[in-house]
Amino acid sequence: MRRALRPLTRRALLTGTVGAAALLATGGTLAGCGIPGAQQTGAGCVSEDLSGTEKKLAFSNWPQYLDVDEDDESKRPSLDSFVRASGIEVTYTEDVNDNNEFFGKVQHQLSACQSTGRDLIVLSDWMVARMIRLGWIQQLDQANLPNVAANLLPSLRDRPFDVGNELAVPWQSGFAGLAYNGRVAREIRSVDELLTRPDLKGRVTALTEMSDTMGLLLLSNGHDPTDFTTAQFDDALDKLRKAVDSGQIRRFTGNDYAPDLARGNIAACIGWSGDIIQLGFADDRIRFVTPDTGVMIWSDNMVVPRKATHKANAEALIDHYYDPAVAAQLAAYVNYICPVQGAQEEMEKIDPELAANPLIFPDDAMLATARGFMALDEQQERAYETRFQQVIGA
Amino acid sequence: MSAFAQLPGVAGQSTSPPAARPGRYRLLPYLLLLPGVAWLFLFFALPLAQLAAASLYDPNGSLSTGYTMTWAFGNYPAALQAYWPQFGRSFRYAGTALVLALLMGYPLAYVIACKAGRWRNLLLVCVVAPMFTSFLVRTLAWKTILSDHGWLVGLLRDVHLLGPDGRLLATPVAVVLGLTYNFLPFLVLPLYASLERLDHRLVEASRDLYASRWQTFRRVTLPLSRPGLIAGTLLFFIPATGDYINAELLGTPNEYMIGNVIDSAFLVRLDYPQGAALSFLLISAILAVVFGYLRRAGEDVR
Repeated sequence: MRRALRPLTRRALLTGTVGAAALLATGGTLAGCGIPGAQQTGAGCVSEDLSGTEKKLAFSNWPQYLDVDEDDESKRPSLDSFVRASGIEVTYTEDVNDNNEFFGKVQHQLSACQSTGRDLIVLSDWMVARMIRLGWIQQLDQANLPNVAANLLPSLRDRPFDVGNELAVPWQSGFAGLAYNGRVAREIRSVDELLTRPDLKGRVTALTEMSDTMGLLLLSNGHDPTDFTTAQFDDALDKLRKAVDSGQIRRFTGNDYAPDLARGNIAACIGWSGDIIQLGFADDRIRFVTPDTGVMIWSDNMVVPRKATHKANAEALIDHYYDPAVAAQLAAYVNYICPVQGAQEEMEKIDPELAANPLIFPDDAMLATARGFMALDEQQERAYETRFQQVIGA
Repeated sequence: MSAFAQLPGVAGQSTSPPAARPGRYRLLPYLLLLPGVAWLFLFFALPLAQLAAASLYDPNGSLSTGYTMTWAFGNYPAALQAYWPQFGRSFRYAGTALVLALLMGYPLAYVIACKAGRWRNLLLVCVVAPMFTSFLVRTLAWKTILSDHGWLVGLLRDVHLLGPDGRLLATPVAVVLGLTYNFLPFLVLPLYASLERLDHRLVEASRDLYASRWQTFRRVTLPLSRPGLIAGTLLFFIPATGDYINAELLGTPNEYMIGNVIDSAFLVRLDYPQGAALSFLLISAILAVVFGYLRRAGEDVR
């Protein structure tokens, strides 16, 4: 066999040359074309709605973001009740783990006006804002959303990226604030303490989500995250850079700060209210703190992407979750801020303790101190994100 | 495709020398190559060409307006200038991990290949066993091992190797240890394969000729295991340099490697030209190191 293969080595040269030439030719062709713009419009990318004939819905959500039955984890009471009432068959997939990662997953379809195979997706504010900017989101029919119109919290209406509430409906909201583990550290009150207190050195984490981390820093400088200037952003960023350079901040994290905080590897962090409430159930010395300078509020929103073929079905599901009783059922499981008015009264019946929790049903005073993050255009987003990423190490 | 039908015939006629019927088999090697070449073309050459093109796109392009080809070679110096510390760090960490892995891996491979006797298979399974779980899970497990309140850090504090507030997690040490651990099997297995074929008569002959143990190792065992050593170091070093999981999970922003930057360029900052330019810089830097190494180390292997 060796002898039979031997001549190949000489010919391999020839083949290699041809191959390389082909490669160069391909390179040349690709070089010519570039990447086309990803912008879409409703007129240019028409989506058909087959809800009338197909009782189906593909719903993509984050892990552990929907109530499951205590005895049987395969049952999802609030979703099952929707399926029973509407007759719509829901394919529920927990395939959103990270906004950026998910964007990478669907961007090629959506920028080419192709179906992603998903009818309803839950994504965070800034990602929804980006997708709306790119024209990738379908407009919702208000007539199909009476519960939303009646029950959506006033503070979550007319957000900068969706004035008129026509494109995105909050699934759950939450605070980004401070948290500490009382077993390994004293109580923490402010962002400045988090960034400078010597006993916390190297045992602090902050979030990789720019809007949350930078929002809290802007607030700590007395600036307004809903409306800030580049100079104010740079001030806040300098403050963060000092804390990174001095070794005060150990890491920037997504959801993965939670186990580290529980174990005491980190003593304090910037974190999300729902995570901390859940950690608090297991260990009551882990606490969420709303800094005096103010707290950030964010939402994860349900959106219908272009080319999704079951928009009316999606609207039916959105409206189902704005029934206060259903919303309370969901909030009792996920522990984030419930965006539905009237759910607090329903929660009294399920769990009075949760109904009294200001991190799930914040009062008006608390909502008044909470801020969202300014809606950024593409250039701002890239400029700010690049500088933020440089400080957080990548 | 018709040539594949003849394949059983090759086995059947093994008694007749292949040279007797040269015409019939001339195409066979090419057909055997076809699946591999097609695979490489589709999933390696094409994406690579696309990446090369993307690295020269207009750096001012954006997602909504798209990117046009402007042959912007300036992307390369700009990327290097912005991220050279991470580049240097990648090679430093991977290099340190390689030295550690060699110090542990060579004796390990040697013992498994030459001294383990009936334990050999068990030991080999032990080397490979961690690969049965995912890379991510293994690295997360290291977080528990190196935890600030874990037994390891406690022990090191007790013997004063670490200060009372010292830690392992979120330090360069943790990242290098993670890299060493995660890629060790890639070093050990090729080394084992070449040590296992070592002709022990040569070792005996060397001892008979009054070479010391050290001389025997240096002049007989080591050169004979060189192909495995080269393959192993390359299989270790190349993925370790491009790795970003260890730095992400076990390090801090101050330990981030070039892989983390590329990840952020493509997924977070959406700066495709820069991400592509950095990827190409990494590929070229690794190729340069590898060729330099092969020239020095590989010259009398063949």
